[in-house]
Amino acid sequence: MKKDIILCGVGGQGILSIATIIGEAATEAGINLKQAEVHGMSQRGGDVQSNLRLSTDPIYSDLISLGGADVVISMEPMESLRYLPYLAKSGTIITSNKPFVNIPDYPDETALMAELASMPSVVQLNIEDVAKDAGNARGANMVLLGMAAPFIEILTVEQLRKAISVIFARKGEAIVEANLKAFDMGVEASKK
Amino acid sequence: MKKLLLGDEAIALGAIHAGLSGVYAYPGTPSTEITEFIQTDATARERGIHSRWCTNEKTAMEAALGMSYAGKRALVCMKHVGMNVCADAFVNSAITGVNGGLIVLAADDPSMHSSQNEQDSRFYGKFALVPVFEPSNQQEAYDMVSSAFDFSEALKVPVVLRIVTRLAHSRAAVEIGEQKAENKLSPSTDQWVLLPGIARKKYVDLLNKQPEFIKASENSRYNKVECGGKNRLGIVACGIGYNYVKEVVGDNANILKVSQYPLPEDKIKTLAAENDAILVVEDGQPVVEEGLRGLLGAGYQVKGRLTGDLPRTGELTPDCVAKALGQQSGAVYAPAKNLAGRPPQLCQGCGHRDVYAALNAVLAEYPDYRVFGDIGCYTLGALPPFKSLSSCVDMGASITMAKGAADAGLFPAVAIIGDSTFTHSGMTGLLDAVNDKSNITVVISDNLTTGMTGGQDSAGTNKFEAICLGLGVEPEHVRVVVPLPKNMPEITRILKEEIEYNGVSVIIPRRECIQTAARHAREAKKAKEANK
Repeated sequence: MKKDIILCGVGGQGILSIATIIGEAATEAGINLKQAEVHGMSQRGGDVQSNLRLSTDPIYSDLISLGGADVVISMEPMESLRYLPYLAKSGTIITSNKPFVNIPDYPDETALMAELASMPSVVQLNIEDVAKDAGNARGANMVLLGMAAPFIEILTVEQLRKAISVIFARKGEAIVEANLKAFDMGVEASKK
Repeated sequence: MKKLLLGDEAIALGAIHAGLSGVYAYPGTPSTEITEFIQTDATARERGIHSRWCTNEKTAMEAALGMSYAGKRALVCMKHVGMNVCADAFVNSAITGVNGGLIVLAADDPSMHSSQNEQDSRFYGKFALVPVFEPSNQQEAYDMVSSAFDFSEALKVPVVLRIVTRLAHSRAAVEIGEQKAENKLSPSTDQWVLLPGIARKKYVDLLNKQPEFIKASENSRYNKVECGGKNRLGIVACGIGYNYVKEVVGDNANILKVSQYPLPEDKIKTLAAENDAILVVEDGQPVVEEGLRGLLGAGYQVKGRLTGDLPRTGELTPDCVAKALGQQSGAVYAPAKNLAGRPPQLCQGCGHRDVYAALNAVLAEYPDYRVFGDIGCYTLGALPPFKSLSSCVDMGASITMAKGAADAGLFPAVAIIGDSTFTHSGMTGLLDAVNDKSNITVVISDNLTTGMTGGQDSAGTNKFEAICLGLGVEPEHVRVVVPLPKNMPEITRILKEEIEYNGVSVIIPRRECIQTAARHAREAKKAKEANK
């Protein structure tokens, strides 16, 4: 079994934290993993992405092939569309539907959301609002991870929950609980 | 025990476990995390492994060579263009030879994710006539550091460890090995004085070692042969190129994996004899492809980047390797219609923004002005909304290019350079300008850190006025301002005055990088809470 995931968003939105948690869960579960990150110049408010590959077999390439991604997990709707050529025809897009507009030529939002909705398999949510409802405004990325959790399949929702506890443990119990709550709300939302 | 590590971290940990005594480096994507890992690793701190940042790659290379001279294992790390900066020391270290093991790590950046070219550091290995190791994955990266140190010490030669961005910044699980002790202090008793008469002899010594280097490549556990192919195409897969080949063909191919150079010539000749053509899959420039053409002669078909079977530029991908191996790609989604580019930009609230706002306001009055830029976050001033820069070439070139343009009669000739870049390679150029009384205006945009690579310490912090005065800039033309919107009238007035001054003037807008300022505030808060 394998799962190839593209994580994407805008620099500073916290996609690397999502990658770290999935990485922790995979390592704990003894699943092979390769995760190519973007560092340096491209972090400064530009588009960022990470190729995350999980498999029970050995993994060679650090990069996902065109049409190879089972899931695109995105912190931003336009960014989720940037990687369409990498999405498998049977793949799913899991994305925030709240645009992050920091460029003058951001596309027409109605057209953008219509294009997103036209994809065969999309789960979208205003993750920032959900995070605020969970009392954790900075936990939008955990809401997104929760939304994506049922689609990662190679890892269980429970394994991901445990990884959140491990990764945030050094920040204290309150932070762990807040992030788990955000994650759980994401899981619930994706069931709807 | 297995650990999930970036390629960079695997190298750092491999070095610590191989008995490293010092890492010497200047930050540069994608190499930065190696030194950062060693700076924060508990074992490294306990052992007192040297890990403070150097002023530039040349000082790093020379200090590492000095540590090697003293008998200890040293690692010098840089991004590929850093090899140009340290080339004098590097090439000559091959002539002196080494005492303690010496690894020169060059992190290449094919596709130029964060760089201005995609030069291939394997050329430097060939140029200096030293062995090159090129890991294909994180495990090999970890293991190879130890092998490379052993090899360097045994053959008394510096070795290059060449990685690319995709290895440096990709994570995978790494099996951790045993730890070796550091070497004891034992200074070299060999001849290291490269006077011509001595250097001639030592150069012959280096040439005489070449057959041993090739023999080591032939027998290297990192250069392995796989014979699973049913067709008569041989594949030479170098470094991470091997991963893409395996991803595409699995075990069904005739592959020679190359991760140690010079090229294993016999292995290549055997592969050539057993197949009708060879495809070279290498990330970076066609170093091996050219080598094979020489080795196998014009009559043998060698395919790769030069023949168009693989793209001439950019990093390898599983897709371009699949195409080169004749695989049809399946149906994929077309690119989205509602999509715009999202280039990186200066942070909101960054002091560089205020500097560019002021420069643009003042320079608008001069029809023929040019602003010569440099390497750092502030290179983003070339993009909208500022569009201030006319050039960005290499570390320090802002000052010297402005000087040359001013010599030619261009006015106003303005240079903008960051604090870390100025101490890296700007100071000598400023001295040239002072000695020539060049009519230039130099802006040292001081954010108290090496910002673009993530906020490392900057070598010249708190020393810039003294450095400029020491180099001979007149005291009344060294001006310090605080780049904030509220200070705009003062900044623009000072800029205007100094542009009008016929000679060298330096303006230092100084305000801490907002990213490091936020980090420092968090650390201070944490320390305060801990003290309660």
